[in-house]
This record gives sequence, C-alpha cells and structure tokens, in this order.
Amino acid sequence: MNTTALLLSRIQFAFTITFHIIFPSFTIGLAAWLTVLEALRLLTGRPVYRVIFDFWLRIFGVAFGLGVVSGIVMAFQFGTNWSALSQMSGPVQGPLLMYETFTAFMLEATFFGVLIFGRSRVPPWLYLFSTAMVALGTTFSAFWIMVNNSWMQVPSGYVMENGVFVPDDWTKIIFNSVVWSRFPHMLLASYLTGAFCVAATGAWYVLRKEYHAESRIMLRMGLGLAAVLIPVQLFFGHLCGGYVNTYQPSKMAAIEGRWNDEKPAGEVLFAWPDVENRRNLYAITLPPPFGSLIDSDSFTAGETGLNSIPPENWPPVVIPFFSFRIMVGCGMAMLGLAWLGTYLSFKQRLERNRLLLWLTFLSFPLPFIAILTGWFTAEVGRQPWVVYGVLRTADAMTPFLTTRAATISLVIFCAVYAFIFLFGTFYIYRLIRTGPVGQLFETPRLAVPNPRISLSNTEQIFPEHTHAGAGE
Amino acid sequence: MVTFWILLLAMSILLYVLLDGVDLGVGILFGFTNGEVGRGAMLSAIAPIWDGNETWLVVTAVILWGAFPVVYAALLSAFYLPLIVMLLGLILRGVAFEFRYKTQRMRWIWDLSFAGGSLIATFIQGVTVGALVEGLQVTNGQYSGGDFGWLTPFAALCGIGLCLGYALLGACWLVKKCDAVVRDVAHRQIPILAVGVLAFLVLVFIYALAEHLPILRRWIDRPYLFVFPAIGAVAAIVLALSILRHNDRWPFYTVAVIFISAFGTLALSFWPYIIPFVITIDEAAAPRSSLMFMFWGGVVVFPLMLTYTLLSYGVFRGKVGTRAGNY
Repeated sequence: MNTTALLLSRIQFAFTITFHIIFPSFTIGLAAWLTVLEALRLLTGRPVYRVIFDFWLRIFGVAFGLGVVSGIVMAFQFGTNWSALSQMSGPVQGPLLMYETFTAFMLEATFFGVLIFGRSRVPPWLYLFSTAMVALGTTFSAFWIMVNNSWMQVPSGYVMENGVFVPDDWTKIIFNSVVWSRFPHMLLASYLTGAFCVAATGAWYVLRKEYHAESRIMLRMGLGLAAVLIPVQLFFGHLCGGYVNTYQPSKMAAIEGRWNDEKPAGEVLFAWPDVENRRNLYAITLPPPFGSLIDSDSFTAGETGLNSIPPENWPPVVIPFFSFRIMVGCGMAMLGLAWLGTYLSFKQRLERNRLLLWLTFLSFPLPFIAILTGWFTAEVGRQPWVVYGVLRTADAMTPFLTTRAATISLVIFCAVYAFIFLFGTFYIYRLIRTGPVGQLFETPRLAVPNPRISLSNTEQIFPEHTHAGAGE
Repeated sequence: MVTFWILLLAMSILLYVLLDGVDLGVGILFGFTNGEVGRGAMLSAIAPIWDGNETWLVVTAVILWGAFPVVYAALLSAFYLPLIVMLLGLILRGVAFEFRYKTQRMRWIWDLSFAGGSLIATFIQGVTVGALVEGLQVTNGQYSGGDFGWLTPFAALCGIGLCLGYALLGACWLVKKCDAVVRDVAHRQIPILAVGVLAFLVLVFIYALAEHLPILRRWIDRPYLFVFPAIGAVAAIVLALSILRHNDRWPFYTVAVIFISAFGTLALSFWPYIIPFVITIDEAAAPRSSLMFMFWGGVVVFPLMLTYTLLSYGVFRGKVGTRAGNY
C-alpha cells in the first residue's frame, strides 16, 4: 500500500468533485427557473420574461458546459484511482450510474443543444418542452447520484460473494429513507443556489439603478422562492441528521463534537475539538436534553460519543465538526435574508433598503458554501470508510498506483481546472455585469445581422447597453 | 444477458467513435484553418451536437462499469495517465465551444485549446486501442506494465492513425454540412487523409506480421473475418468515386462504413476476450442480479437515447447557415 499515492488520490477526488458540484448545483436550480420563465412567457406573453430567459440562458450555457466537462472526469475516476472499489462495488454502483447516464445525460445534452441553438428551428411548445427536459435531466442526474452516494453511506440490499458486493434487493437500494431524505435535501439546495444567484443579480441591478423591470422580477422571485424553500430545506436537513444518527454513529459524534456517551445528551454549539486530548476547548454547550432532542427527537435518548468508538474508525473530527456548522450558519443567514427581503417586498420597501440590497447582492456565495460544506460533512464524516462500515478507503485504491502517476495527474488537474475556472467565472461575471441587454420587444428573427454560434455573441450583436427602455 | 450487454457496449463504442470522431476530427482540422469565417463555420457544423456525441463516451464507461466491472477496474487503472490526459483534452476541447465567443483578444487561447484538446484526446484514444491490440502486461491478474507501459511504438502509430482517421471523418462531415470555402478545403483534404489512413493500415499490417502479434493468429484461424475488411475496401472505392464526382453526402457515409468495418474487424478478432487474451466476456460479466436490473435501461432507455440523438440531428439537419436564425 502506497500511502502517498492514497493521500494524493483522495485529494484528487475531493478536488475534482468539489470543482464539479459547484456547477450542477447551480444549473439544476437554473434549469428549473428557466422552465418557469419560458412557461410564464408563453402564458402571459410578456416580453420581459424572454429578456430574463435569454440573459440567464447565456449564463446557464457557460455553467452547464463547465459541469459537463468536469462531470465526465467523475465517470472515469472510480476506475483510474479506485479500481479495488470499482471492481468490488461495480455490480451495485455501476448499474446506478448507468441509469444516471441513460436517463439524464443524453436527455440533457440533446435538449441543451436545442435550447442554445434551436430557438428558430423548433415551434415554441417544443422549445418549452426542451427547457423542461433539460431541467428533468438535471434532476434525474441528481437522483441517481444521491442513490449511489447514499448506498456508500448506508450500504443495503446486497450480499458479499467472493469479495464482491452482489445486489440482491434493488428496491432496498433505491427506495430507502436515506435516499429519500438526502435527494430532496440536495435538490432543494440546488434550487436555493439558483434562487440566491438570481436574487443577488437582481439586487445588484437595483443598486446600480439598471434594468428596472428585470431586476425587480429577479429579486422578488429569487427571495420569495428562497423564503418558502428554506424551511422545507431545514426539515429535510433534520431528516438527514436522523439517518446519520441511526446508521453512522462515528460521523454523528464528530459532527456534534461529542466525546462521551450521554443520556440524555447536551448539544455543543461552538467549540474547538482537541482530538489529541479527546476534549473540546472553548465550548459553548446547551444542557441536556437538547442534544437528544436535536439528534433523536427525544428527551431521554442516549447518544454515542467518540470514546466508545475505536479511534481507527474515527473520521478526522475537526472537518465534519466545522463544515457542518458553516453549512448551518449559511442556511440561517439565507433564511434571515429571504424572510426579511420578502417581508419588505410585500411592504413595497425592499428597493429602498440599500443595506438589505447590499446583503442580498453579497449573499450569492452562501448557497455554494453551504453545499460544499454539507458535502464535506457527509463525505469526510464517512471516513475512514468508503463504503461505510464495510470497505475502508485505504483498501479501495488501485493497488499498483504509483506516487509519480498520482502526482502528475493531480498537478495537471489542478492546473487545467484553475485555468478554466478562472476564465469561466470571469466570463459569467462579465455576462452578469453586461446585464440582460436585449430588447423588450421581439424583432423579426431575420433581422439578426450575423449568425450566432454561441449564446454569448449577443454581446457583439447588441453592443454595450442598447437596452430598449426599462419600463415595458 | 451477457451477449445483450456486450452488444450494447459495442454499439456505444461504435457510436462514440463515429459521432465524437467527427467532432474531434473537425477539431484537428480546425488547427489547420485560418480566418474567423472558416473557423466559425467549422464550429457551427458541430456545436449543437458535440455534447450529445461526447456523452456516448460516458455511456460506454458506465456500461463497462455496470456490466463488466472487472474490465472497468482493470483497464481504467492500467491506462491511468493516458486516460487522465485524454479527459483533460476533452475538457479543453469542450469549454472552447462557449469560451471562444466570450472574448476577442483571448480567442486564440480557446482556439488552441479546441484544436490541441481534440488532437490530444484522439491520439490517446488511438494509443489505448493500439496498446490493447498489442496486449497489456499482466501478472497474477493484475496490470504490471508500470506508469508508461502502454507507450510503445505500435501504440503511438495507432494514435497517429486515429488522428488521420478522425480528421478524415471530420473532413467528410464538413463537406456534408458546410458551403463555400470550408467545403472546398475539406474536399481537397479528403484524398490526402484517405491515403494517409490507407498507409497507416498497411503499416499496421506489416508490423503485425513482423512482430507476430497474437491477434494475427486469430485471423489465420478464422478466415471468415475477412468479410469486414472486404466491406471496408468496397467503401473505400465508393469514397474515391464520390470524391471524383464532387458529391457532398457520400464521402461521410462511406467513411462511416470504413470505420464500422474496422471496428467490426477489431471486435471480432478480440472475441470472446474483452481484454485480449486476459479476460473473456463471460468471466468479466457482473452478477446476474446487476445485469437483470440494468436490462430495462437497455431495452427501454437505450432506444430513447438513440431517439434523442436522431431528434437533435433532425433539428439541426441541412447545411450550416442556409436557414434563418442560424446556429
């Protein structure tokens, strides 16, 4: 066993999947929002919806492209770096990812092409249908990924035969409480990401006094959706905590910073876990039975502490402990913003409240941070297992992987990803800064002067701010 | 059930080679093209379909993982570095479609990443096939060839051969989809590339004879295999005729037939092995419960995927830029 190659492989997987998830989590929400916009336009006939649609479609195009290219890597990395895992769990994980590809990717890819290039080639209903199919495809993809990952968190429905996971009950693998609390949690997180990016963009334009009609629609729809969804999200988050408590005591103990078994248990709000001496420094703790109440919905339940788990089965305690708190903190901040913003919006005072507009504008990283830290909690908290309780990460690696190969691949991954990420985010920033330049009134299509291949050369078609009046 | 999945796997690989082969080939030729008009037209010819085409690579990977996990684990780990370089090539190729239209000043970067990414990805795909034909070094059921064991002169030759092959496929697609200068240039490139591919095939044959590659023995044992090269030869003759007659549609279909016959030749000379002379298809198959679960995906969703593919080719049929709205 080559421990350096193992460490490098883990860093590489963490890095590539962290990079990847940023884009799908954004595009899943955005695809659903685009479908709503296109449907609204067909129903109401208001051109402003078309302007907003075209604007966000341009951004969607860039983010979707980055998601696609970084996603293909994931389909290969199980085999390149984790061949022992992929051979053992292939009979379970392979079919799940096959269904993901079959049901989601081709659907997305085909109708994405229609979305970007086919506006003039298909009737309006087929265009709306294409938008809905892209949204459906992204949702299917999220579903199968959550089934797959949930099986790694809580393996079920299999028997071991000759060192291979042989599935014997697919209903247990797909229809279990773990999947059905984690899948909605992820889906809602994506919708919230979309909602906050849209609201933040709207807030920016309101602050800049630009795109009057568009900015208000973005701001209100974004904050309003978030105001409704965040409470639901908190509920599903609580359900996810429930599965961790039931099936993954070591992860739960790390998240809670709980060293000793307690019955009923207290709740550590903030602390610095001192792993060496098995204690928390600077702890702020709620007394019992708050811990039992939060973890087990009970006043009296006993909760497991790390001391009753062998240290070789501990996750790196500090990471899940803090990442969980950062996730919850982001969630609470978003809840406050969304509720306050929606309340002010009902009172017709939102546009005058510059502080809240600034906060909304600056809030766009929050959903991304929440998603990443949530995944860090789930994945790092699962360690040292790759399939919880059955297969250790150290035993899952390609046995003959050398440090040299792992170093080369990690370095080039970092270089290429940094390169495309910098340009990608810069181009998205520039698209947003330029704004929804377009006309509020549709012109005949033949009037478009030059062929457009990518969405983005609308920048050239409508040079700087030929915005045709904000008030419709 | 195993036969069903090996057929689906073969179909996915073939579709990937034919469809993304076009994109990668256009990418390679893109590097030899100057001027925004030509480059723009070349991109338009593949922009709406490349993403779907590339998806067949993922389809291949996941069928391999689900139906033949042993092979997925063995091949992907053995080809560690080349696969990762290929993926990065595909990434650079993929982002270029959107990114190059975001900038004027920096466009050369994305043009370079488009052509370079296509070239790298193609070369490595060829190298991989070449290394498989030559045989991987395996000890006690585990790959033992080292980090660069796949890099042999023969594999490199196959890499160059596939670059020529994809470029030929791409040129034929451009003739089919484009007008004016782009079509005429591609028309002139086809005979050169076709001769290049032919020379490559002759070289491979000589090399195989000289090195007594194990695959050659199978050809002597199974003379009926020659039906595929025969089909390929007929297609090559039709290709030559269609070039002489300046036909826009036939070159693409004949080159596709040549690719199919080459693929058939290779697949049948591997049979019944899935990694030549190491693991057979039956040994590699996943447990029955996995294959049965996947079956519905294979009979219901796979045809749906083919339908989407046909749909998008239908929506974007015809020559680029001849209709209003453009793409």
